[in-house]
Order: sequence, then structure tokens, then C-alpha cells
Amino acid sequence: MKKTGSQILLECLVQEGVETLFGYPGGTVINIYNDLIDYPIHHILTRHEQAAVHAADGYARATGRVGVALATSGPGATNTITGIANAYMDSIPMVIITGQVPTALIGNDAFQEVDIIGITRPVTKHSYLVRDIHDLPRIIKQAFHIARTGRPGPVLVDLPKDVQMAMAKFEYPDKVEIRGYKPNSQGNPRQIEKAVKMILAAKRPVIYVGGGVTLSDTSQELLAFAELIKVPVTTTLMAMASFPKKHPLSLGMLGMHGTYYANMAVMESDLLIAIGARFDDRVTGKLSTFAPHAKIIHVDIDPTSIKKNVRVDLPIVGDLRDVLQKLIAELNLSPHEVKVLASDLAPWREQIATWRQTHPMSYVASTTEIKPQFVIETLRKVTNDDAIITTEVGQHQMWTAQFFDFSQPRTFLTSGGLGTMGFGLPSALGAQAAWPQRQVIDVSGDGSFQMNSQELATLVQYRLPVKIVILNNNFLGMVRQWQQLFFDQRYSQTCMELPIDFVKLAEAYGATGLSTSDPAEVEAVLRKGLETPGPVIMEFKVSREENVMPMVPAGKGLNEMVLAS
Amino acid sequence: MKHTISVLVENEFGVLSRISGLFSGRGFNIECLSVAPTLDPTTSRMTIVTSGDDQVIEQITKQLHKLIDTIKVIDFTGEDYVEREMALIKVAAEDSSRAETLRIADIFRGKVVDVTPRSYTIEATGSPQKIDALIEILRPIGIKELVRSGPVVIGRGPKGWRSAD
Ligand SMILES: Cc1ncc(C[n+]2csc(CCOP(=O)(O)OP(=O)(O)O)c2C)c(N)n1
Ligand SMILES: [Mg+2]
Repeated sequence: MKKTGSQILLECLVQEGVETLFGYPGGTVINIYNDLIDYPIHHILTRHEQAAVHAADGYARATGRVGVALATSGPGATNTITGIANAYMDSIPMVIITGQVPTALIGNDAFQEVDIIGITRPVTKHSYLVRDIHDLPRIIKQAFHIARTGRPGPVLVDLPKDVQMAMAKFEYPDKVEIRGYKPNSQGNPRQIEKAVKMILAAKRPVIYVGGGVTLSDTSQELLAFAELIKVPVTTTLMAMASFPKKHPLSLGMLGMHGTYYANMAVMESDLLIAIGARFDDRVTGKLSTFAPHAKIIHVDIDPTSIKKNVRVDLPIVGDLRDVLQKLIAELNLSPHEVKVLASDLAPWREQIATWRQTHPMSYVASTTEIKPQFVIETLRKVTNDDAIITTEVGQHQMWTAQFFDFSQPRTFLTSGGLGTMGFGLPSALGAQAAWPQRQVIDVSGDGSFQMNSQELATLVQYRLPVKIVILNNNFLGMVRQWQQLFFDQRYSQTCMELPIDFVKLAEAYGATGLSTSDPAEVEAVLRKGLETPGPVIMEFKVSREENVMPMVPAGKGLNEMVLAS
Repeated sequence: MKHTISVLVENEFGVLSRISGLFSGRGFNIECLSVAPTLDPTTSRMTIVTSGDDQVIEQITKQLHKLIDTIKVIDFTGEDYVEREMALIKVAAEDSSRAETLRIADIFRGKVVDVTPRSYTIEATGSPQKIDALIEILRPIGIKELVRSGPVVIGRGPKGWRSAD
């Protein structure tokens, strides 16, 4: 029996195990929406296509599965771009399906036609324009395969309306054959041997972990590796939750707003073992002074990440699980040397402990105004390890990274590479859709919240009980901080002159709103908010000009940290 | 340093824009690019002339390879290969310079492919350096129009290919 293109698309999604779809209808996807009624796929109607893509992204980050979003052509498609770029920068597995005008009209400036393939080319892992219904199953199969394998990323499928309406027999291919795409998953054993030699010879080694560990679900392997050699571990923002912060070997985050001891350890190290990280400029600071004494081992699935920004002494291309397992196995061949190493590193660990004691992560407490860091600390106290925290972008994001002790992988969802304000709320929506029973909390700023606040409606409609903590400084705080420190306090366009009544805003959507400016009430408000069913906004009017510290000014070396302002 | 890179790609819709977009988006240099299908009509072979230091060239080959539609990347630099380019040169040749133009074309083993009372169009093939030399010599006579194909390259014998994959 023949099926329409839109039915075939939905059959493919079912075959791929897609349970939840985030999207927004329109003229060129109306056929898909018509058929969707008959398929066992849960669709969540966001209030903006950007939010649909961020929601699919949050879903993917929280589960490790491929997130799927659907949008119409033209403005629907262009609205997805920020979401796609965001997923691309953080290597999130996603498939985005856009409707397109009928093939015969492509290129005619037809109503709601845009060249979305062209527009998104630099921010997708790959993309397809489906011109023949017979290619559709193969393309969808490939799209999911490409999205989730190798270094994951978003794949866009542009589906013209006439292809959706054409008829064909449905047959889903069971194998993927792409001759130009064979991600290398096996770490080269000779490189592994060399790495182990370098590790055994190190005096001041540091493990520097990036989002790759989260993406490949290898936090267990990482933990085993670090504990075996007793080498301190620092993580990027993207790897935050993949190594328990409370672990004695944990140095917390490195980079621009990293801990003093993480940055000092990296600068003094003689061996940097980079695992699934890409030496982003927010991590390295000034490149010419970065880790000057260190030999660098760089493990990554993506060869282009290696030697892109920094010199590398030993590259290992491969899947992190394979490489970490091989490293552990190789180390286990020399149990005596490993023991000696682990104990020889004691002075190094003591040095780091001293840095930690002299410069712990801290802030000046207050009894008269709410310190934003205090809210994060209290939030940590009143939630369990299982809670999923998302953030927007700004100071509140950095404070969450600094003061929340993550211990479970995939519990910290934040926009790292693109730094997208407006990511937190829709990604929380997606995570909550994936995990209805878990606590999902968006830590937000007053500025970022207003970039996708319309999603409150989606939360209420689908009974997604996301809790929202707004650290309201009535400023675009992070930009204000830069203006204060580097532009003579000329606060150009960073003060949000109009105070928003977030309680009323919540109520307008049928959600609950709580607010306080009293530090003594912080815990009570958090507890009450978390216990209240349904979506809740908890607004904390915080001290307005608090700064995120320490800070490595842009273009400075990691050891040129400003510790307090 | 100049590098000549061959890229075997799927003969698919939009591949050229992926490659050229990669170069422009990442700030890589692209001096020449030629592309045509191979014996297997489902693949095309591109020849790209680019330049950069070792680190940049390494990134270029890796990034090219990373594209899903790329099947093979070969950097011919430092290898034994044959490189040929074709040029069509319309020379303003009147009266006294007509004979001179023909002589020069002959020396460079060029062919006259179009003749008018006021011009000769010369077809020449050879290494890019040879084409450069021919152009320099014809320039004083007066070149009205010039089109170059950009080089195509192939390894010599069975060996001499450095596969960057
Ligand atoms: C979409 C977008 N636009 C602009 C920026 C630049 N930016 C980075 S942080 C920031 C301020 C964020 O303000 P808010 O959400 O209130 O957080 P705060 O820093 O005050 O905690 C801005 C404007 C951005 N990251 N994303
Ligand atoms: Mg703010």
C-alpha cells in the first residue's frame, strides 16, 4: 500500500523511536500535521520555532537521544536558526525538519520561500533537500545516523510540499551506507601506549575535560581513569556535571570564570590531558601564555578539533569510551608504576590544595540584600542530585556553574558555545518533557527570561512543571559587569529601566509566581516554589551590581585572574 | 605556502557551496577551484589551490574531510604529480603584431582557435607557470580578454598520492 510523503516521514520517525516532537505548524507542513494526528508521536506546540528547537535540544541533552523539531518554511525556518546554531556549537544530536515550497516553485521567491539549506549550511553537521519521495526514507535514516554518531550535531531536512503529497511504497532501510562518513571510533593503540608513557613521566598532570565526556556518556570511564592515576580534573562549562564537583580530585571549572586553583593548576602543569574538549578561547585565555610548561595529549572524536587552537604533542582521535578504556587497560599493565605515580603526585595535589585553601570559590555574604550566589547555594541545598538545571546566559549562568555542586551527568544544560540568552526556559521544557517525574529548574536572568518567556504558555498547556528561578538584578548583568570593569562604568543600554512584575506575568499564563527581596526568605521561597505543582516563577531581587569573580579579562592569560572587584 | 588539493566528492546538490562556504566561513584562502564529474558519474573531483602555513593546511584538509559529502582528500604538495591548466587568450593582433603573436603562440605550443582581422584567440595548456609566462610575453602586444581554467592535477604513476584521510 502506498503512503504519502508526510506519512512516510512520520513512519520513519516512529522507526527511529521518536516519541516527542517539538514544532509549530504552517502552510508547508500542514500535510505533516494532518497525518500526525494518526501517529503515536507526542507533539508539543511551542510558542516560537526557536523555542521548539531549544526544547528538542534540551530533550537531547537530558537524554542523549536525538531531539526532533518541526517548522514550516520561510519565517518558521528562519526562526529555527539560533536554535540550530546553538546545538551545532555544543554538538547536540538533533534533526530539524522544515517544510519547503513545492519543488517547482523553488528559486522563484515563492510565498514563504527561503533557502534554509543555504542559510543553515555553516551551522549544521549536514543537511538535505528532499527532491524525490523515494529518497525520503534513506535521507531520514542518514539524518539520524549522522546526528548521533561521531561528533554529534544538528542535521536539517528540508521537505518540499509536493514531496509530502507524493505517493510511494514505504520501506525503511536497515543499513546506512555513506561512503564519505565513517567516524573513527578506535583509538590508535600506539598512541595510547605513548600517552601512558607520558602520563607515567608526569610530575604535575591535569585532566581537562570537555563536553565530549557528556556527549559520549563516559563519566564512569573518566572517573575510573582519574582515580587510577590520582590526577586532578578540571572541567569546562559543558562537562560540568560529568565529573562530581565534590570529588577530592575535582578542581571545578577552568577558564574565564573558573576557579583560581583550576586555572593555576593548568598554568603550572607539565602535562595536560585534554579529553573531549576543544580549547575554546573562553577556556584558554591568551593562547600564547596558555599552559606554558605543559605537554598536551588531546583525545577527541573530531580530528578538526585537534591542533586547531593549540599545539598538541600527542593527538588521539577516537571515541572517548574506547580511548579511556584502552588507557585504563594499558595503565593496568604497569600496576607498580601507576602506584608510584599516584603517590609521587602527592606534592602536586598538596600544592593545589594550598591554592584551594588560599583562594576558595567565595563571595561576600549579606543579611540585608540577597546575594545571587546565596540563592544558588540554597537551591543546591533544597534540591536533590537528580534535579536537572538549565540556565540562560549571563552572570546567573556563571554563578550556577560556580556554586552548584553537580554530580550527575546530563543534569546541567547550558548554552556553552553560542551563549544563547533565551535557551534556558525552552530547554527546560524539553528536558521536562523527556523526564516528567524529575525536577527541572531553569536558573534565569531577568534579561534572558524575556527572550523566550512566551514558553510559559507551553509549560502550562502541557502541564510541564518546570520551576524558574530568576536572579533579578534589573540589569543585563554580565554586560554591565564588563562595562564596569573595562568601560569606566558607562552603563550603556544595560539597565532594564522597566521593572517587570514577574509574579503577575506568571499568573497571566496560569502559572504561579513568587517573589522576594529578603535574604531571610530565600530558602522558604525556594522550598515553597519547588513544592508547588505546575510551573512556578521564583523571583529573587538580588544585589544589583554583584560581579562574577574570579575573572580572566578577555585576552589575558589564565594566571592574570582578577579575584575580586 | 601554496598547496594543490584534490577532493573527491559526492556529485550531489549543493556540494560546491559546502566546499566554498567552508573556505570563506573559516577564512581559508581559495586561489583556484575547478570541478567536474569523474569516470563514476556519482562523484566529482575538485582541484583546489590554496595557501597557508602547515597548521592552516592541516585544518583545511581535515575540515574538507569532515564534510559528509567528501569521499577523499589528497594534498599533492611534496608529491610527484602532473599539473595542467588551460587558458584562452584573446590578443589584439593587428598588422605588425600578427606575425609576432603567432610566433609566440607557436613557441608555447599554443593553438589559434579563433581569428578575426583584429585578434587571435590562443588556446594554451601547461603548468600554471607556463601560462603565466605566456601571458607576460603577450601582455605588451595587448590582451583583450583572458580566461584560465585553474589547474587540474593527477599523481604520477601508481604512487605519489598522499591521502589525507
Ligand atoms: C541572544 C543574546 N543576545 C545578547 C547576548 C549578550 N549577552 C550576554 S550576557 C547578557 C546579559 C544577560 O542578562 P540577564 O539575562 O539579566 O543575566 P545576568 O547577567 O543579569 O545574570 C547579554 C546581553 C547574548 N549572550 N545572547
Ligand atoms: Mg539580569
